[in-house]
Amino acid sequence: MSLKKVHDNQPKDFTFSNENLKKAEEILKRYPKKNKKSAVMPFLYLAQKQNDNWIPLAAMKYIANYLSMPYISVYEVATFYTMYNLAPVGRHFIQVCTTTPCLIRGADKIVQLCKEKIASKENEISKNGSCSWMEVECLGACVSAPMIQINDDYYEDLDEKSTKEILDSLIKDKPLKPGSYRGRKNTSPEKKKLINGENHA
Amino acid sequence: MLKQENKIFKNLYNDFGWEIDNALKREDWKDTKNIISKGREWIIDEVKTSELRGRGGAGFSTGLKWSFAPKEVGSRPHYLVINADESEPGTCKDRDILRFEPQKLIEGCLIAGYAVNAHTCYIYIRGEYSNEGRRLQDAINQAYEKNFLGKNACGSGWDFDIHIHYGAGAYICGEETALLESIEGNKGQPRLKPPFPALVGLYGCPTIVNNVETIAVVPTILRRGGKWFASLGKPKNTGTKIFCISGNVNSPCNVEEEMGISLKELIEKHAGGVVGGWENLQAVIPGGSSMPLLSKKICDTITMDFDSLIRNKSGLGTAGIVVINKDQDIVACMARIARFYKHESCGQCTPCREGAGWMWRILDRVVKRKATFSDINLLSDVTKQIEGHTICAFGEGSAWPVQGLLRHFRKEIESRCREEPLIKKKIDNPYLVDQHLLENKNA
Repeated sequence: MSLKKVHDNQPKDFTFSNENLKKAEEILKRYPKKNKKSAVMPFLYLAQKQNDNWIPLAAMKYIANYLSMPYISVYEVATFYTMYNLAPVGRHFIQVCTTTPCLIRGADKIVQLCKEKIASKENEISKNGSCSWMEVECLGACVSAPMIQINDDYYEDLDEKSTKEILDSLIKDKPLKPGSYRGRKNTSPEKKKLINGENHA
Repeated sequence: MLKQENKIFKNLYNDFGWEIDNALKREDWKDTKNIISKGREWIIDEVKTSELRGRGGAGFSTGLKWSFAPKEVGSRPHYLVINADESEPGTCKDRDILRFEPQKLIEGCLIAGYAVNAHTCYIYIRGEYSNEGRRLQDAINQAYEKNFLGKNACGSGWDFDIHIHYGAGAYICGEETALLESIEGNKGQPRLKPPFPALVGLYGCPTIVNNVETIAVVPTILRRGGKWFASLGKPKNTGTKIFCISGNVNSPCNVEEEMGISLKELIEKHAGGVVGGWENLQAVIPGGSSMPLLSKKICDTITMDFDSLIRNKSGLGTAGIVVINKDQDIVACMARIARFYKHESCGQCTPCREGAGWMWRILDRVVKRKATFSDINLLSDVTKQIEGHTICAFGEGSAWPVQGLLRHFRKEIESRCREEPLIKKKIDNPYLVDQHLLENKNA
């Protein structure tokens, strides 16, 4: 089980922006009227997006009121799922997959690079204030290992050189394009024996 | 090797474009109205004839599962739920279907929804796949524009709606009842079975839960006939399957192949061979991390289908093949998988919640060469204590890989263990304390 802690500095109030209120009403239409509670997960995503990619306790209380469910049930959901950030993360939020298929292709080297370039500890905001990183479990792109996710985008087929370039581009606030960094088309097999044990990270 | 004409997912690498107009050229949505007009019984019988087995891991007969849904709709509506919470390490097939063949999935949803009397379908996508989810939403919108979905979907007289529900990073939500709990807005903790979801599922209503790949192959099966699908592969293990080959191979890839293809052929022909040659192979995880690994000796001859892998005390699972060569530390690889399960246990059943941590800590000690011989039996004992004593199959999924390691690499583990008991050396080895409590801050 993962351990999640809420942030020390909590804002007092939270309400959905007008735009998000509209989105919230759209979301509620997807579920039967008597099962409003189903919308708690999409609502938490909305709150997270609105509040710089993390969810304050005030937002949980607000959502609980909105969906007329107990606050503790919203809290349970927010703490159970790992993708809800309960403390601030960087504007460029780097998630490094380190589960076995990525590990055996060199994910530990990517972790090392993150420690050097972003911050020495997980979930710590970088010096320039724009990036943070964390290790995560399998992101479901195993044939493109090793890979990282930056915000919503997957950066695949990495090695040390390309990871360095990507991390540098983030620090400069000009992120490189997502996708394969070995120039292959999606998950198709490569014709050449490009990587014979050396060229991957 | 599978002939090009028999491939179901022709756009697996996005060579031809995912948009609906391109999909129509690949014969998606061809004769759908006709298929539905033949009736529920015909559809279910045809799927039974094809002997299609669920592609999500358990390999249960799809036709049979559909026939469990009540024949008549009572006071409660029926639901169809698609499991796109692909989180099994080594597996990334559904991602390509969502990105590049979404119309196959959507058409399959309509047909399956009709077959099980459902007007509403929820597709549960893992939260990390937000780009893939957006793509699927675009594809759904395109299908609505063409009137393939909505009121009188595809002219069939059947009203059908599809909604997407995002997960948020919990592996356990790939378990069908945990997935339903998650859609209902709860923590994703599995329910006791029975009652099975086919009778009491989402919101207490009859619900059929299927994997993405299972549903996406259904339209092609119905168009070309169940007999055609059954003619591919082996008896009881029919059809084609997307294999994800990752790890120490020269060219990791997703590839659609016939069931029952030999593992060696799959790796050598499609994935460019093992890094360092076949002789450099150490072990293969054949079906995603939950399935016990296979030693090289078995890999030489094994064929990739449900039954032959079960005979070798493993399983096809999701067909996520992780190749591990001799350059890797096999114990470290499996210790990482144990850490994965420790992290992802939902915490509901004690054997799994505590046991997953025990397995990880013991394996971690073996990696660091701090374990003793008694630890090996302890480890074996812990796996037995977990297996079969939990609500869902997560317990087995976490215990089997460790059992597989003990079965094939016991000597390797023994060579790293020491004789002296822990007490003599007074090593600070926590047995009962979870790792995070050791950090001063949390204590």
